[in-house]
Amino acid sequence: MSSPVTDFFDSLRDRVHSAMAEHRKAGKITVQIGSATCEHAAGSLDVLDEFTKHIQSSGSDAIEIHKTGCTGRCSKEPIVGIFVPGQAPVKYERVNRELVHEIFTKHIQKGCPLPEHALDGSLDRQNLGAGQGAKSSVSQKFTEMYGDVSFFTAQNRIAMRNSGVLDPESLEEYIALDGFKALATVLGKNDPQWVINEVLKARLRGRGGGGFLTGKKWELATQNEEKTRYIICNGDEGDPGAFMDRGMLESDPFSVLEGMIIGGYAIGAGKGFWYIRAEYPLAIKRIQNAIDLCTKAGLLGKNIMGSGWDFEMEIRLGAGAFVCGEETALIRSIEGERGQPKVRPPFPTTRGLWGKPTCINNVETFANITAIVNHGGEWFASVGTEESGGTKVFALAGKVKHTGLVEVPLGTPLKDVVFGIGGGVQDDKALKAIQTGGPAGGFIPAAMDNLAVDFGPLSKVGSIMGSGGMIVLSEEDCIVDISKFYLSFTQEESCGKCTPCREGTTRMLEILERITSGAAVLEDLDKLERLGKLCQQTALCGLGRAAPNPVLSSLKHFRDEYVEHIQDKTCRAKKCVAMIHFEINAEACIGCTACVRNCPVNCIAGQRKEAHVIDQSRCVKCGQCFDFCRFNAVERK
Amino acid sequence: MNHQTATTITDNWEAVRAACLEVLPAHIIAFIENNRDMEHSEGQLIAALHMVQAHFGYLAQDTMHAVAQLAQIPLAKVTGVATFYHYFRLQPRGKHMISVCLGTACYVKGADKVAQRLMDELGIHFGETTRDGLFSLDSTRCLGTCGLAPVAMVDNQVYGPLTPTDVSVILAKYVKKEKGTAE
Ligand SMILES: Cc1cc2nc3c(=O)[nH]c(=O)nc-3n(C[C@H](O)[C@H](O)[C@H](O)COP(=O)(O)O)c2cc1C
Ligand code: SF4
Ligand code: SF4
Ligand code: SF4
Ligand code: FES
Ligand code: FES
Repeated sequence: MSSPVTDFFDSLRDRVHSAMAEHRKAGKITVQIGSATCEHAAGSLDVLDEFTKHIQSSGSDAIEIHKTGCTGRCSKEPIVGIFVPGQAPVKYERVNRELVHEIFTKHIQKGCPLPEHALDGSLDRQNLGAGQGAKSSVSQKFTEMYGDVSFFTAQNRIAMRNSGVLDPESLEEYIALDGFKALATVLGKNDPQWVINEVLKARLRGRGGGGFLTGKKWELATQNEEKTRYIICNGDEGDPGAFMDRGMLESDPFSVLEGMIIGGYAIGAGKGFWYIRAEYPLAIKRIQNAIDLCTKAGLLGKNIMGSGWDFEMEIRLGAGAFVCGEETALIRSIEGERGQPKVRPPFPTTRGLWGKPTCINNVETFANITAIVNHGGEWFASVGTEESGGTKVFALAGKVKHTGLVEVPLGTPLKDVVFGIGGGVQDDKALKAIQTGGPAGGFIPAAMDNLAVDFGPLSKVGSIMGSGGMIVLSEEDCIVDISKFYLSFTQEESCGKCTPCREGTTRMLEILERITSGAAVLEDLDKLERLGKLCQQTALCGLGRAAPNPVLSSLKHFRDEYVEHIQDKTCRAKKCVAMIHFEINAEACIGCTACVRNCPVNCIAGQRKEAHVIDQSRCVKCGQCFDFCRFNAVERK
Repeated sequence: MNHQTATTITDNWEAVRAACLEVLPAHIIAFIENNRDMEHSEGQLIAALHMVQAHFGYLAQDTMHAVAQLAQIPLAKVTGVATFYHYFRLQPRGKHMISVCLGTACYVKGADKVAQRLMDELGIHFGETTRDGLFSLDSTRCLGTCGLAPVAMVDNQVYGPLTPTDVSVILAKYVKKEKGTAE
């Protein structure tokens, strides 16, 4: 069946495939280097530079560099992949300039890989693990490249199927991996309702935190008389401990973009806006590049793929206000106003940007759309639970061994994420709690680590799914201190429009400060609870309504720790400085003077090779001596 | 204010525009003027302020005034927007901008100690600039590199994971570079 759309797509794909086949025939060795903000920070630019120099000075034209996005294996960056034609790929971890030299001379030039530097010991287990964990054909390419790495085999990559696999700046590579096939299908069917039905069947719930059914949201927007409609991608990623959206925007911009075009088509929008935080310059650059390339290729703009449908996109930058992640505030920000929320209803699907029906969706929500179109809504639903289909990406961080981006089916037990994939708590300390949902979420105590990650179960215990922040806390973290941390964030970010949030968060923070400084009384806990509930019920927008969550959930699960702070003036995690002091154990001190050299106020005295003493009257309790003493002689009491 | 040709905005428009030209670089003037007559042009205010900050490092009173004049948006609104968003700075910044991440992941890994050391070594607080104009210090929420927590960013370079001692080493590197170029 030939139509303008299929003709357009077939010829586009043929051109890409023949170019790629030509390239493969050359049979070059490929050095694959991650290039996202996180990898740059870890030193991948040096690695890139070193490989470039080595290749140049070797004079070989049979080796080429392939820049990809990031797999999200944060604690092992920079990661380098060596692809020798006809051999299984080898990935190396924590590569630096010296290691580049070794890899180049031994592996590339002599054909001897270096198992001791292989990512997560993958070379040793290659024969065992290779090819396993291919959860679905969606992530086939990912599995081919990383299927022998345990951190990844335990995951199921749908939204992140291309992250770390393709060059995020190359439209050709994206097309070679089924890119724009979904859009061709959708435009070929010429039936927006078909898309909405598939997304409804998929039971895809918004990944930005609210968990609203995406198909439902799209349907609502189409039920409006007004024909000027907008679609917006929310790339404001405000949770101060999360980085999933940055990962996807930087590593696989085309997937998010294609999902957004399809969304725009489904709701009948003529224009789409990206709202991306200004703190993510590389994400902004890559999305702009994707927009430009797609416009040039006829995949955006007028008469997309010959279908007669027009759709354009524009990027707008956030400017560092957490509240602008909230839908009505985001809209006002795009309109050039202060980002203060408005009362809902009317919801944006009724009256949104410039008063027109508007759908706002999260980055990850869009990243799932093409997989749903290509593989069917039912397949997507089968990956998740009864209540929600698909997977969720989490930014696993805090006191966990393997930090990084983790994508698992909804319904996976928390402990599989933290212990199975994350490798458990750092330094083998005891797990205290898992925090999900960032400043709008709550704490899940260690005893409940069997809980399924899904919207319902998490909110039942007083947390939320949120956008994907997952912070692991150990026995060394003070729950009151972390609750105070979150509240000080929301208090600072409160836009000030309504009293319960503006005043409520301030008063609650004052109480928490009293508690951690040892000046609180037990009645303060009741006040805290009352204020929190009031704020939950009466604040105007989601920021204020969720702000008390960390405090209320920690009061629910860890009330004894609050009571200890108030009654016994002790902090069992030894975090709250008002309740501890530092002492040097004369028996253990060998007089190495490391503490003396690092004390900012010079209040430690003692001769070389003799026991040292801290002058308590001058000590500012910074904890430097504790961190620097390699003989455990400094004690926190 | 939209949909008016430049010459009819005010009767002294030539003079107003000339004054703005003295303050703002040509590409920003062009951006504002190209957008002024478009539908929903007020929506580009934040983009214009981003351009001004990218060019000058901060939003000075006279540059905000020029943006307001040229875009024909009340100065009160321009200032209102500029002060609402944390990303905009109203004070000049030092040669090197240091932002310590105080996001959750960094906080639980001891970012407060890194921040304290920076304040001690530089002798300034968040939002301030050293007297020699070399460093400005700010805190930020999650640079998106939590995997490397705790992190800090100097200009566009991210450093992590950091200990308070690393802070001294990194600062020394920038100071040395300055001395090198000064001689
Ligand atoms: C204070 C606040 C901050 C938010 N921040 C974000 C954010 O950074 N990213 C995001 O996608 N959604 C955020 N949301 C949720 C959005 O308002 C909105 O529900 C979401 O973008 C809808 O997309 P989805 O249905 O695809 O999840 C935030 C909500 C509130 C109340
Ligand atoms: S709840 Fe807080 S952030 Fe939301 S409108 Fe009220 S004051 Fe502003
Ligand atoms: S806690 Fe800080 S101030 Fe006190 S003795 Fe140790 S290093 Fe010095
Ligand atoms: S660092 Fe430890 S061992 Fe060394 S002098 Fe200080 S307390 Fe003693
Ligand atoms: S290293 Fe890229 S997301 Fe962490
Ligand atoms: S919390 Fe510091 S980089 Fe994310």
